[in-house]
Amino acid sequence: MGRIELEVNGTRHELEGVEPRLLLVHFLRERLALTGTHIGCDTSSCGACTVLLDGKAVKSCTMFALQADGRAVTTIEGIGSSAELHPMQEAFWAQHGLQCGYCTTGMILSAIDLLRRNPDPDEVEIRTGLEGNLCRCTGYENIVKAVRAAAAAMAAAQPVREAGEPPKSPGELLEVGGSR
Amino acid sequence: MAAVRLVGTPVRRREDPRLITGRATYVDDVKLVGMVHAAFIRSPYAHAKIVRVDLAKAKAHAGVLAAFSGADLHAAGMTASLPVAHKMPDLKTPPHYPLAVDEVRFVGEAVAVLIANDPYIARDAAELVEVEYDELPIVVEVEKAMAPGAPLVHASLGTNVAYAMPLRAGDPDGAFASADVVVKQRLVNQRLAPVPIETRGVVAQWDAGAGRVTLYSSTQIPHLLRTQLSLILGLPETNVRAIAPEVGGGFGSKLNVYAEEAVAAWLAMRLGRPVKWSETRSECFQAMIHGRDQIADCEIAAKRDGTIVGLRARILANLGAYHQLLTPVIPTLTVLMAPGPYRIANVDLEVTGVFTNTMSTDAYRGAGRPEATYLIERLMDLVARKLGADPADVRRRNFIEPSAFPFTTATGLTYDSGDYAKTMEKALQLADYPGVRARQAALRAEGRYLGIGLSTYVEVCGMGPSAAMPAAGWDSATIRVEPTGSVTVLTGISPHGQGEETTFAQLVADELGVAIDDIAVVHGDTDRVQYGVGTFGSRGTAVGGAALKLAIETIQAKAIKIAAHRWGADPADLEYRDGKIGLRGDPSKAMTTAEAGFLAFMGDQLPPGLEPGLDATRRFEPPNFVYPFGTHVCVVEVDAETGKVSVERYVAVDDCGNVLNPMIVEGQVHGGIAQGMAQALYEEVVYDEYGQLLTGSLMDYAVPRAEQLPHFDLDRTVTPTSVNPLGVKGVGEAGTIGATPAVVNAVLDALAPFGVEHIDMPLRPEKLWKAMGTRSNGKVSV
Repeated sequence: MGRIELEVNGTRHELEGVEPRLLLVHFLRERLALTGTHIGCDTSSCGACTVLLDGKAVKSCTMFALQADGRAVTTIEGIGSSAELHPMQEAFWAQHGLQCGYCTTGMILSAIDLLRRNPDPDEVEIRTGLEGNLCRCTGYENIVKAVRAAAAAMAAAQPVREAGEPPKSPGELLEVGGSR
Repeated sequence: MAAVRLVGTPVRRREDPRLITGRATYVDDVKLVGMVHAAFIRSPYAHAKIVRVDLAKAKAHAGVLAAFSGADLHAAGMTASLPVAHKMPDLKTPPHYPLAVDEVRFVGEAVAVLIANDPYIARDAAELVEVEYDELPIVVEVEKAMAPGAPLVHASLGTNVAYAMPLRAGDPDGAFASADVVVKQRLVNQRLAPVPIETRGVVAQWDAGAGRVTLYSSTQIPHLLRTQLSLILGLPETNVRAIAPEVGGGFGSKLNVYAEEAVAAWLAMRLGRPVKWSETRSECFQAMIHGRDQIADCEIAAKRDGTIVGLRARILANLGAYHQLLTPVIPTLTVLMAPGPYRIANVDLEVTGVFTNTMSTDAYRGAGRPEATYLIERLMDLVARKLGADPADVRRRNFIEPSAFPFTTATGLTYDSGDYAKTMEKALQLADYPGVRARQAALRAEGRYLGIGLSTYVEVCGMGPSAAMPAAGWDSATIRVEPTGSVTVLTGISPHGQGEETTFAQLVADELGVAIDDIAVVHGDTDRVQYGVGTFGSRGTAVGGAALKLAIETIQAKAIKIAAHRWGADPADLEYRDGKIGLRGDPSKAMTTAEAGFLAFMGDQLPPGLEPGLDATRRFEPPNFVYPFGTHVCVVEVDAETGKVSVERYVAVDDCGNVLNPMIVEGQVHGGIAQGMAQALYEEVVYDEYGQLLTGSLMDYAVPRAEQLPHFDLDRTVTPTSVNPLGVKGVGEAGTIGATPAVVNAVLDALAPFGVEHIDMPLRPEKLWKAMGTRSNGKVSV
């Protein structure tokens, strides 16, 4: 049994008795009750379990919880709430980018990571950028629209950066969401 | 001031805040004190005798509470079969026990279950269960299953044929004899997996004090599930509660009563502990129902001018090993809808349902109608090609004309309303059909292969009149005006992504003059909601919404009586105007529904004889199905070097009658097209000759990703129906039904220069590349 220290959605956790084979997704769902991270397959194919690890999208079914030791995890619960939505959540709502909602939480986190890497993606870049996430309801049409809308909203809310400045950190993105 | 009407506008979904923030509760999110975890042990063989099930090692494993085989369940009195709903007098119905008792008949059939205090331990221990099998001969394909001497899936039946349904009308033999051209084609509708992103899952809880079991299940039909569970478990129906919490997609796959649901409930009762089972994706591919899987040998007869005079089809439907809830019924819809939107008076059709050693087929989005549409739309294109005619012209010539509705087809259905040419002309215009045809000709000269595919579909949905359904076809709605004026709506349907918490609230807000935020739409809990039939068959709004409309009318009528008494007026002089009660000829008089509701609550100012309270429960029994229709146009380019299909343009013009929320309707069409296109190009469930499932994970089964689908251009026409008081048809399945033949017709149109007439789906690059290479022989005639 292992011990881990990690930060999840800004809260530090120190936990004993973590089974070495415990997947991060089960750790988040069962130990921390963060059930917004979903499980849709057992082959790392669907992306429903996507979370941000130190700001980068990972599939939490493909990692052991112990591998997150010393890292910062952001789940869907950590990017916004009904009262203060992240621009990506707002865009998914406004553009009808979800139906059953099951893939949505992972899709939103992947899309946030996509905009971190490419703040102004075109349709093709969005479609290829979300290749790790499956949706069975929307045909992706409105998901693409939502990501475009979020990119525009986030660009409008962001001060113009100097050329050569590194891309937005997830922390900055979170502030955008939190400041709304 | 007239209130702003919400119906017909793209109101944002009220479901979404909880979904986009991760605060929704799906079954796997349900945690109960003392909850334990079930794991099923499944057959690795497609057909075998169970010689011995040894649970001893598993039971001895630390953390394991209990384990049971199928024989154990039987010995404990759990001997009921899983249900099949049908009205087919000659249907062969073999027993279907929740856990196999002495024989397994498909890979993935559950033979035992164990319960542990942790899901990881449950899976570890499942590995320790030893099952000894004695292999039996296997049959996977329908034609082999019908051959003399074929292995029998159910030896007791003496045959693999579950039923045959012939349907003959007019004079098909005469029509074929007198036709100018006859086209024959064998069409295979491959087996598909529904793949909701949320797999199945169950939490069962036994309340020993009350003698009640509660089952949380990812289901589309909580009430039907409750009824069936009470029968299977031998409990009074009042002692069973079924809850469909947030449900992560269904597409028909959760319109069922599954073994695992029954077993989990039984285990909870037996152990006195809440039991959870969360399906893995691998299990889901094996043991959740599949869709399609039909082979149709077809013939169509036409005159030289393109008039279709006759249709023949011998359809073999692969039912799988057992009947699930609607297994035998689904393929019958293919026969009924085979004539499509065309006047075809002479038909000779037959569908035969055949057992094989595979998972059951059942309702998957479209459920029998995609197969029908594929059949007739492929044949229309083949006729056009044989005659050297434009596929659009052949369709124009044969459409049932708008003045002919209601129109009774040769197969006995009565289409409610339609204007098929209108959607086609609109779609052709949007797609710039003449322009694309011209470009196609120009590109062919350059050795590039553009294809244009049409699909003009009509589908049967709004399931449906009880007389024509395997079980009840009506649905229900309750409206309660609470003392403070908020309104509770209890709907008998069970939405799982379709957005009725929003659309139903729009309707109530408009009709009763209540702010949408003051309306709660409740569904999916048999203890809270009056009996309802559920969400499937594109029926939510057409049947459940219609029931809601009736309930609104009852509320309005009572509110008017209350207001009339208060005003000392004759109720006949009162009416609802813009959501408020008004007095004809006196604009100063107005009463809100909330005010009437408060008077109804107070009870002291009501007309004599009128009961207090302002609520109503109504049920809508549809007098007919509804028949949405539309035209999809697909433009593809096929790369001659690789066989890869690129969808360049996709235009869909659909007509689902009146629209409550265009945003939601378009979303339904998008998702539908994606699934239809997936069948055309990507997806296929494959069993090998030993009945092993080769497509058992998302690594092998090609659910399309965003980059594999194009942008969809949508438009619509509005042809209301008189079948229900809202004038709505259904839209959940339309996209899937329309899309598949549009895509396939486009690809085969692209391949026309190679002389390729047909290739079975999915149209993967290697098939196309081979066909182009084989037929071209180095030379391509343009």
